[in-house]
Amino acid sequence: MFADYSWSELGSIFAMQGFAGLVLFSVFVLMALGLAIIFGQMGVINMAHGEFMILGAYVTYLTSNFFQAAAPALMPISFFIAMVLAFFASGALGMLVEMALIRFLYKRPLDTLLATWGLSLILQQTYRTIFGAREVGVTLPDWMMGSLPLTDLVEIPINGLIVMAITLAITMAVALVMFRSRFGAQIRAVVQNRPMAGAVGIDTEKVDRFTFGLGCGIAGVAGSAFTMIGSTGPSSGQLYIVDTFLVVVFGGATSLIGTVASAFTISQAQSTMEFFLSGSMAKVLTLLTVVAILMLRPQGLFTLKVRR
Amino acid sequence: MTSMLNPLKKTELVGFLVVAAVILLILPAITDAFRLNMVGKYLTYAFVAVGLVLCWGSAGILSLGQGIFFGLGGYCMAMFLKLESSTPEATSIQSTPGIPDFMDWNQITELPWFWEPFHSLTFTMLAVILVPAILAFVIGFAMFTRRVGGVYFAIITQAIAAILTILIIGQQGYTGGVNGITDLRSLLGWDIRTDSAKTILYFVNAVLLLAVIALSLLVRHSKLGRILVALRDKEDRVRFSGYDVAAFKIFVFCFAAAISGIGGAMFTLQVGFMSPTFVGIVPSIEMVIFCAVGGRYSLIGAVYGTLLVNWGKTTFSESFPELWLFAMGALFIAVVMAFPNGLAGIWNSHVQPLVKRLSKRTGERQAAPAETPAAIAE
Amino acid sequence: MKTDKNGAAPRSMLRRKLMIGAAAMALSVAVLPRVGLAQTPPTSEVNTTGLAVTDDTVTVGILHSITGTMAISETGSVQAEKLAIKQINDMGGVLGRKIEVVQEDGSSDWPTFAEKAKKLLVEDKVAAVFGCWTSASRKAVLPVFEQYNGMLYYPTFYEGLEESPNVIYTGQEATQQIIAGLDWVAKEKGAKSFYLLGSDYIWPRTSNKIARKHIEDKLGLKVVGEEYYPLGHTQFNSVINKIKLRKPDVIYAIVVGGSNVAFYKQLKAAGIDMTKEKPLLMTISVTEDEIRGIGGENIEGAYATMKYFQSLENENNAEFVKAFKDMWGQDIVIGDVTQAAYLGPWLWKAAVEKAGSFDIDKIKEASPGIELTTAPEGYVKIHENHHLWSKTRVGHAKADGQYEVVHETTELMEPDPFPEGYQ
Repeated sequence: MFADYSWSELGSIFAMQGFAGLVLFSVFVLMALGLAIIFGQMGVINMAHGEFMILGAYVTYLTSNFFQAAAPALMPISFFIAMVLAFFASGALGMLVEMALIRFLYKRPLDTLLATWGLSLILQQTYRTIFGAREVGVTLPDWMMGSLPLTDLVEIPINGLIVMAITLAITMAVALVMFRSRFGAQIRAVVQNRPMAGAVGIDTEKVDRFTFGLGCGIAGVAGSAFTMIGSTGPSSGQLYIVDTFLVVVFGGATSLIGTVASAFTISQAQSTMEFFLSGSMAKVLTLLTVVAILMLRPQGLFTLKVRR
Repeated sequence: MTSMLNPLKKTELVGFLVVAAVILLILPAITDAFRLNMVGKYLTYAFVAVGLVLCWGSAGILSLGQGIFFGLGGYCMAMFLKLESSTPEATSIQSTPGIPDFMDWNQITELPWFWEPFHSLTFTMLAVILVPAILAFVIGFAMFTRRVGGVYFAIITQAIAAILTILIIGQQGYTGGVNGITDLRSLLGWDIRTDSAKTILYFVNAVLLLAVIALSLLVRHSKLGRILVALRDKEDRVRFSGYDVAAFKIFVFCFAAAISGIGGAMFTLQVGFMSPTFVGIVPSIEMVIFCAVGGRYSLIGAVYGTLLVNWGKTTFSESFPELWLFAMGALFIAVVMAFPNGLAGIWNSHVQPLVKRLSKRTGERQAAPAETPAAIAE
Repeated sequence: MKTDKNGAAPRSMLRRKLMIGAAAMALSVAVLPRVGLAQTPPTSEVNTTGLAVTDDTVTVGILHSITGTMAISETGSVQAEKLAIKQINDMGGVLGRKIEVVQEDGSSDWPTFAEKAKKLLVEDKVAAVFGCWTSASRKAVLPVFEQYNGMLYYPTFYEGLEESPNVIYTGQEATQQIIAGLDWVAKEKGAKSFYLLGSDYIWPRTSNKIARKHIEDKLGLKVVGEEYYPLGHTQFNSVINKIKLRKPDVIYAIVVGGSNVAFYKQLKAAGIDMTKEKPLLMTISVTEDEIRGIGGENIEGAYATMKYFQSLENENNAEFVKAFKDMWGQDIVIGDVTQAAYLGPWLWKAAVEKAGSFDIDKIKEASPGIELTTAPEGYVKIHENHHLWSKTRVGHAKADGQYEVVHETTELMEPDPFPEGYQ
């Protein structure tokens, strides 16, 4: 397929394709990070993860509408305000859900799956009731849509850069929180030994609540970022759920580094295959490979333990 | 060891007879042909729910991909029926007469090799059971021998459901794509679309379901069933006792897959088409909720759970279409939070003691909570 | 929800029929909307098959997804059908009978569609059903309509390959939508090479098949790529790179649903400015409805081939748009399918009045040849094959989310669901 092209064209395309792979990687990391915290650290399967993301997207939609109407001058930075709001909105909802639902189910992980699935149905219908069944168009600041032309062929999408930057920032923030803060130490302590953590004076219930809130908050930020590249509708969250879970499981659920590594592997595989094969087959092959590897190596890429 | 082969408990026998009476006598008596066909459709889901009771309730394996097996069974049957209705005479307007219409639309000029055997009803009936069972074996063998369980298993089965859906939709020349295999008319010349045919199919379906439940009750009361319960509760102890845990899990998973396949085939017969929507994630999870509502430990509860949820879904979406997702979601949460043992649990803890007190029969006291996990674990 | 209370009506009406006499019969052959209750013919005359028709009401069904993934698309159709029914009722109804509606939710699930269709026909005994959106839902209900002899008015543009006496297809089949658009882009824009792209299911695949045949065989031009992505796919960067590499003159995109939004946003972000028309983007899947989700600024400059655009300038359309907005809100937009759905009740009314009866068989027979001069898209006519003759138009997307009509076929396009030479 490459016979007709000059070397410089091929070089440009591979550069572009590499960049596309990195964007996909960032998207996967953003999707999976919140889930990795909730699933990996707490053992809770949150099937409503996609709906928490979409909540972030709707918050972004509302914020951008508000700025358009009330303060057009602030429009260029509205997106970042929206992102912060999305974090708190999804996080707050997450904490509420933890309080009302999840905390009764820590000993029954499969039941959290069902309960959160129910929650996702309720959230979807709520969005539909409030925002209508149609997708909403989120108006973004002009400077975020468009591209930086490097050469004739190579153009760098600005929203791709932003997604990457957000991913980097969030990942670093999460790493800092998890490994350098007192709260992170508490989370890890509770994960490793709950009774002992309680015995040394950690309020384990509070830690659980904030961990869940943190995971959901990150989902909200992801949703907010995805308004740049995807759709915002009541059931858009469903589109992400399989990919997200596979990324987390493939990475070895308890390891955040594993999640990042797995997002990298899957995104590169998918992006390369999409280039050489047609879209549907690429997707099938990627998923099949991941499942096959998981069957051979069920503990995922990085992990401490997986056996029940 | 013969003492392990518990005879069916009396309460279970009564329960079985009651459910048999409900689906064979009461429902046909109180519903018209149209509603009865709907009930028949719901009962095909009950096959999956019964399989889930065995997998999830008895052995602790939660599969979020049971729709795969239901769909495969359904597709096998649909392929047979489609071939029957695609006679060269009936399809004479096509550029290649004698092949299913959707193949013709996709420029396929010859019946693909894997469709050929489906000219035979015997082969089809075997395939309905074996194709799901073989796939379940492959998945189960890979997973259980490596001791993957719990949520990992759930997520991987979910991913497989997603893959299969994309494949079926993508390969539309061979599978009918997103529309599925539609316009199925007759089974060996017998028109399956008439009301009388649908009534007959309802009873065939009901009898098959009862047979499957009876078989499942036997499995559960055999030594095998005991071991499954034991490994659900303390897998390591079973393993240390010298049992091959994986083999038992693989068996029950394949068994559940096979009966789901039967359900799928009956679905195709009664509804008249099969489409990839039954293979996906959403129906697979919905089927778990049927099982959970009935009571995840109760084979008979699975039937009531399936009927209740679907009846609720139909009623709700007829009267308050905007509300049914709320109701469905609330049901998921309620069944997990408030009634983890579903209808069977409510029956055992509330209704049955009441009945007992009224009838003052003391002999069965120990037998009463047979379906609750506590009783099994003790 | 109304249930059928009038199952026995035809017989009990016998005496009344004798009293009123047959005089009314002669008046009932009419095509165009007419006002007044004077010519109400007796029920036993106009309803010989036990449909839910009484002396002053007739019941019809609306069957769309209100919940689930398809609710996004089907909402507009429901609104249009309700508007048309309301307008017909305000004019005095059909054969002097007010239309009552039983609405059912297909909940984006094909067996549910089949089940509800059967309920509408068997229990509610509706005189007609306006509904379905996806091909899969239509394929699921089709045997039901044929078995119980019902009438379905199906609004969506679709892939063709079907022709049922029990369905009136008010949307265009694939050739009506595709061919004129390709001719236009080849002639007016000098396009030489095409990149075909779609969501992976039957409609985009069949449409692209027709497009490819037309491009290669009829126009003698080149297709440089053809690709499909799973429904709901949200990452299009790789295919966009491939497009850049192949440098087609036209990207022919049939992406649907949530993928649409992702596709156009990423296309724009990758530096493909559609207003420059290098490459030019042509679609048959993005109506004004979809642009709401995509955002007008992200699709500005693209071309769409449809039979209807909200911006169409004629009197019928002005009235229609005003009535639609009055009923459903000022900020609403109207797409091609919404308009086609709006035609359903009117075409049914015309057929009933032409046949002088609600009987399904008579409507089937009366339908071909029915004309509608009041359609927002202009003049339409039902073909022998139960599809509509209609014009193909090319719209140019503007930043405000509307299309500007840049081309319109002079003749009505003949519907041809089984096109020779395109198979």
